[in-house]
Amino acid sequence: MSSSNNPSSRKEKSSGERPSKAGNNFRQTFQEISIKHASRRRITNKIVSIIAIVFVIGAIIPLASILFEVIKNGVAVLSVQFLTQPPGAIGSDAGGIGPAIQGTLITVGLASLIGAPIGVLSGVYLSEFATTSSVKGPKQRAISFFANTIRLFNDVLTGLPSIVIGIVGYVAIVLALNSFSVWAGAFALSIIMIPIVSRVSEETLKLVPNSLREAGYSLGISKTKITLFIVLKNAKDGVLTGVILAISRIAGETAPLIMTILGTSLFFTSLTGPVDALPLRIWRLASQPYESAHGFGWGAALVLILIILALSASIRLIARGKGIRVRTETI
Amino acid sequence: MRLSSSSNEEVTRYSPQTSDNDKRVVVAPATTQTKIKLSIQNVNAWFGKKHAVKGVSLEVKENSVTAFIGPSGCGKTTLLRCINRMHEMTPNAKAEGRVILDGVDVYDKSSDPAMVKRRIGMVFQKPNPFPTMSIHDNVAAGLKLNGIRDKKLINEVVEQSLKGAALWDEVRNDLHMPGMGLSGGQQQRLCLARALAMQPEILLMDEPTSALDPIASSKIEDLVQQLKEHLTIIIVTHNMQQAARVSEQTAFMYLGELIEYNPTRDIFKNPQKELTEKYISGRFG
Repeated sequence: MSSSNNPSSRKEKSSGERPSKAGNNFRQTFQEISIKHASRRRITNKIVSIIAIVFVIGAIIPLASILFEVIKNGVAVLSVQFLTQPPGAIGSDAGGIGPAIQGTLITVGLASLIGAPIGVLSGVYLSEFATTSSVKGPKQRAISFFANTIRLFNDVLTGLPSIVIGIVGYVAIVLALNSFSVWAGAFALSIIMIPIVSRVSEETLKLVPNSLREAGYSLGISKTKITLFIVLKNAKDGVLTGVILAISRIAGETAPLIMTILGTSLFFTSLTGPVDALPLRIWRLASQPYESAHGFGWGAALVLILIILALSASIRLIARGKGIRVRTETI
Repeated sequence: MRLSSSSNEEVTRYSPQTSDNDKRVVVAPATTQTKIKLSIQNVNAWFGKKHAVKGVSLEVKENSVTAFIGPSGCGKTTLLRCINRMHEMTPNAKAEGRVILDGVDVYDKSSDPAMVKRRIGMVFQKPNPFPTMSIHDNVAAGLKLNGIRDKKLINEVVEQSLKGAALWDEVRNDLHMPGMGLSGGQQQRLCLARALAMQPEILLMDEPTSALDPIASSKIEDLVQQLKEHLTIIIVTHNMQQAARVSEQTAFMYLGELIEYNPTRDIFKNPQKELTEKYISGRFG
């Protein structure tokens, strides 16, 4: 459409008409084009919006149906006994998933204590320290090579099948200590966690405007303190989201746990012994041929989802509370 | 704009060391009592391969206001950032030359960049209060993060600094409120208070009013006049009227070079260089 109109207007301008008239002609041409475009634009707009909505619904359907199914089948078995008792005899209605809940909390908690600080600090290094201010020289090239290598490893590690990480945990810790243990499970899970936290932290920290770092420098504050009390504090929400994302991911991991904490029907005894976990328990219950076991499995899945939900909600609440609590007179 | 012949004599007296074959060395007028606070000697600055500041030398008197003017991209902000060693914080940036503060080169190997920045405060073009901090904490940030813990002292300095930035009366009851909740002009004065809290000897202002409306701008200008009683101010500005209003000395820069550095009234009434005259009369830039 526009291609047919443009050459004529150009011809008019070049044919030596007065500029004001040429300007008017352009204006007329553009108005005609925009009127023609307007109706087409409205239709295109509608079509694209409808397509977008359809795809959003398409994305939500599996998620909603899983959630619906889990709640429908899981709510029935929820009880105090179910949440606190160890598993009963196979095929019976007695017992619960107490050790699995406890084991998941301990293993995931320990893994987070190892993985979150390492992940956040490596993100801080990549974002804040891996670029030097000096003119390009061998030192800077070495640093940026090192940083790019870490980023590559992070990406590879994120894509690694979790069973492979389980085998690493098995070889490195289970065989060394000669026992399936919480340590081995936490180690494997933290390895899954680190690259996620590191990548999200790096990206979030890079979003902190440079003007804040400069404001810090202009007050003669050291780089370490600027990073901790200004940059990291401003990126707190994003970093926490990364940590929560990673915790949710490892809380649902099954494969690495088979190779490391093994799973048991007993409560936690020591960090160097085997322990149960919710994903493992779900897997065991689901592979039993009994109807009651399947019901327990749905219940365990619901509990796992609720735990992750509660965890992320409470971490966000704690973080928000810290922001508001500041009272200047008392500091 | 130009005054006629009568002021020529005065001009030659004010710039005794200016000669045509060496335009890079332009020395401030030597008056009898005032001390030279800052001496910039042959400063060069680069961004990667771009030579942004080319061999600039000038001297700044104590308790005076000096304005850097010039068209966009002429290197005035870069020169300003060379003074407190902020320029070198930019990746790939490089600075050379000497910046003598009270007889000591801030680029000397023994000099600590953080200490330099504590003595030479800075206010930026866009107000940049720390978003996570309250008004009080914004002003106190420099003290606290530099290891000062005495709460009574901090509260006193915060009050003094906010008064110095003419913000105290507006925020005295809201010190615990977030600094980002203030208006743009108030935020800029908060940043000024934050810089003043470090008790700087020199204050660098990088187009401090370019993001503000005329009323907020005139407040900042008034403050500049008050603050020069206690410190030396260097202000970068796009606004020539502002330079004429607030400064005693004006440096005109073009394409990284210092074209002319003279008392402000001479720059505006009787510029020595043709470029300066063209610029201040609005014929380019």
